Amino acid sequence: MEPTKTTGTEYFHRVVDCQWACPAHTDVPEYIRLIAQGRFSDAYMLNRGSNVFPGILGRVCDRPCEPACRRGRVEDKAVAICRLKRVASDNRDDITDRLPTAPEKKNGKRVALVGAGCASLAVVNDLMPLGYECVIHEALDKPGGLMWTNIPSFRLPASILEEEMNYIIDMGADLRLNSPVNSLKELLDEGYDAVFVGTGAPKGKNLQIPGRDDSDRIHVGIQWLESVAFDHVDSIGENVLIIGVGNTAMDCCRTSLRLGAKDVKVMARKPRNFFKASDWELEDAEEERVEIVVNHSPKEFVIENGKLVGMNFEKMEYDIDDNGRIIEQRVVGEKFFPADDVVLAIGQDNAFPWVERDIGIEFDQWEVPVVDESTFESTLPGVFFGGDAAFGPKNIIWAVEHGHQAAISIHKYCQGQDMKQRLPRGVTLQSAKMGMHEWSYSNDFDPSARRLMPSVDLAERFNKLNIEVELGFTAEQAAQEVERCLNCDLQTVFFADLCIECDACIDICPVDCLTIAENAPEEELKKNLKSPFLNEDQPLYVSAPLKQTGRAMIKDENLCVHCGLCAERCPTAAWDMQKSKVEIPYAIDEMAQDEARCLEDRKAG
Amino acid sequence: MTYIAKPKIVHEGLARNALGYTIRDYEGGMSTLCAGCGHDSVTAAIVQAFFELDIPPHSVGKMSGIGCSSKTPAYFLAASHGFNSVHGRMPSIATGASAANRGLHLLGVSGDGDSLSIGLGQFAHAIRRNLNMTYVLENNGVYGLTKGQFSASADVGTKAKKGEVNEQQPIDSVQMAMAQGGTFVARSFSGDKEQLVPLLKAAFKHDGFALVDVLSPCVTFNDHESSTKSYAYTRQFFHRAIHLDYIPPAKEIKAAYDEGDVMPVELHDGSRILLRKVSKEYSVNNRGAALDYIRTHQRRGEIVTGLLYIDESEPDMHGINQTTAKPLSELPFDALCPGSDALADLQNRFR
Repeated sequence: MEPTKTTGTEYFHRVVDCQWACPAHTDVPEYIRLIAQGRFSDAYMLNRGSNVFPGILGRVCDRPCEPACRRGRVEDKAVAICRLKRVASDNRDDITDRLPTAPEKKNGKRVALVGAGCASLAVVNDLMPLGYECVIHEALDKPGGLMWTNIPSFRLPASILEEEMNYIIDMGADLRLNSPVNSLKELLDEGYDAVFVGTGAPKGKNLQIPGRDDSDRIHVGIQWLESVAFDHVDSIGENVLIIGVGNTAMDCCRTSLRLGAKDVKVMARKPRNFFKASDWELEDAEEERVEIVVNHSPKEFVIENGKLVGMNFEKMEYDIDDNGRIIEQRVVGEKFFPADDVVLAIGQDNAFPWVERDIGIEFDQWEVPVVDESTFESTLPGVFFGGDAAFGPKNIIWAVEHGHQAAISIHKYCQGQDMKQRLPRGVTLQSAKMGMHEWSYSNDFDPSARRLMPSVDLAERFNKLNIEVELGFTAEQAAQEVERCLNCDLQTVFFADLCIECDACIDICPVDCLTIAENAPEEELKKNLKSPFLNEDQPLYVSAPLKQTGRAMIKDENLCVHCGLCAERCPTAAWDMQKSKVEIPYAIDEMAQDEARCLEDRKAG
Repeated sequence: MTYIAKPKIVHEGLARNALGYTIRDYEGGMSTLCAGCGHDSVTAAIVQAFFELDIPPHSVGKMSGIGCSSKTPAYFLAASHGFNSVHGRMPSIATGASAANRGLHLLGVSGDGDSLSIGLGQFAHAIRRNLNMTYVLENNGVYGLTKGQFSASADVGTKAKKGEVNEQQPIDSVQMAMAQGGTFVARSFSGDKEQLVPLLKAAFKHDGFALVDVLSPCVTFNDHESSTKSYAYTRQFFHRAIHLDYIPPAKEIKAAYDEGDVMPVELHDGSRILLRKVSKEYSVNNRGAALDYIRTHQRRGEIVTGLLYIDESEPDMHGINQTTAKPLSELPFDALCPGSDALADLQNRFR
């Protein structure tokens, strides 16, 4: 195998599994260390730099970081990364003087944003400090988009949402509420320099089966949640069926319980491992005694005397192969479930009835606009899409990342620069050695299990719709949870020319991830490792030939717990623990680059 | 050494042996030796060998004297018995332990100072009585614990870290053990576990005194350029004479060997070792020829390694003394101490 190249930006970034998995590349290990040091405001600001809404995301993020977390490969449960973010948010001091500000003097460019959801707000957050004028057109009478309408207040309190949105809007954005955009053509005619569409995926999928149109007690999930959020709906029948098992279904069933439902069943067509909802959302719903019924496919709504009385379901049976895929399905019976109300939560689509089809924006066969995956520009120059509006329903953290990237594109577009020529990511490394056996991080492995989130008592939480269920970690819990982080950004960096092949690192490694062996083709090497190669998603590090025998040092990145014992045991400092920092460029960095270039030009003459 | 103990992490790739233990169950306390010390690698090899042999840790007695090497029994097999004795006197303690409980797997760890200077007499007599133990001699040519003075195994011409040259003849434990009638004599290198681990396994299974001399560089005082016991020097002049594979009892021999190349030797418990000549002219059961070979190569500066001599036919201490098959420690008191009448009878036989 060729010696591994660690000089680019990718190798060391990948080792930090959580940061690699996060769409916005939040520097998770660093903010967890800041929390450990009690520097909550610093941790909050570090978060805000990449994910813009730490208080919101610390409660409701889809947390792609946690399934990726290395801790979950060493033991059962990942670090509670998301809830630690909330710790930083809950305990921060007043940070208003550390927020970005917009300059007095504007740069003369005006950007229109359609929809005041997370994607648009992220764009505004990045463009206002550069001197852009941002005009946000929002159809409803409150900003926030799905964060406001679809996420129930018992998960995300309105005060948190408003505070973090205001950090952005208060920079001086022109927020126009109750201003639906009915024609993109008309908006373009107003003479904006660029337009960003962040209208989300507002259309809930329907279930057109017999009886669907015969009752007004059949609701479409996201519209129903919106009505609840705006106090248009404040009650529901005693027996409620939720159709679908995505995260929206979980919000629907838990909201039903707070509006007076006594028996809520979530009806799933397939077995549990096919559910779309995140494990933790399923757990939260089941804790509230919601019953999840598997293998029942909706057949018809049963209406008696013009009144909905329940639904008939087909009982399903599936044959599943070794890879967990369904190879055959059959109907084995039928069953009736009584219901006063039914909520459909089977997915959502984006919808653009207000975008004219003849103005140069190309749509694909599913009526989704064609959008460039790196610039977020549509086929009409100057019109950008982001968030769920761009590539269909994802989540808040993806929308934020789309916003960051679209902001860079909008800036480059407005300045007449090539959008494809973007600043590259960078990685910096710095030795963490502080003394003989001292590192600039807490390197000892803490065997504690994941802390359990304390929550409001089951009886009490249903009293009001907006009682936040999760209480947040206590100080003791936070102090223990931060120690579970394995500090994956403290990289094991190897210098082949210093190694004397004494085996010290191999003997001390607690997870047997090191091997010294004759170099060989990859498949051969994988067979000769000290601990078997088990994870194809994780890379092997292979060193240059070692001085004394010409063999290679091989590291399986899969299980390394970054305890630094290899470096502590190494007599020649061939291993070193080095803190890596992934540099992610934002619109403001692009502007700084422009200014530096400008200065150079002026100097040159 | 490290500042924190090796964390105990049970990961997916961690294998279990026939007893259900993981290799981590064969480890001991945190090493306080220098980072990069060869002895820590020998410790790791011992841990691996015991793990792979499925030996219950509590059936092992760890014996040692004084020195860096003699500290190491604290770093492996935390759940076994042990005795850290006076300088150079470990063989006597081991003899007593073996006499009292022949069921114990005795493992002695000593160094070149402990065995070849203050303990030379004890060492020689342990070989002479063919005490049933594995004797690991961690050989680095210096007294590391007292800052690097030459030991009795230092080669002529080797330089100390500060520059003085050794002019006295070395004592070679391997040649001595062979001349003394040792029944299992081996030499290896801490930096070559592929060779060392099977050697240790065979040594544990040998009935009688098994010497495994391991070149184990002192990374602090004897790993410099003009040393003959450094990692670099050992690697350069390392000469494999015999390769050994250990095959547990009742396990099929799977590896393909050319006939005539391989000599199988059956050990007392039914396990076998397969000896493969790396050097054609080496003879593993001819004491005189083997000694001659070692000396010839030694004159060229080469270090002959592998299983250098084996004799499975000689009785061990218990065989020579015809003691009971049952360990004395397990005999009931009246059998162990037949009383004053029996003593009087015995004495009468000498009148």
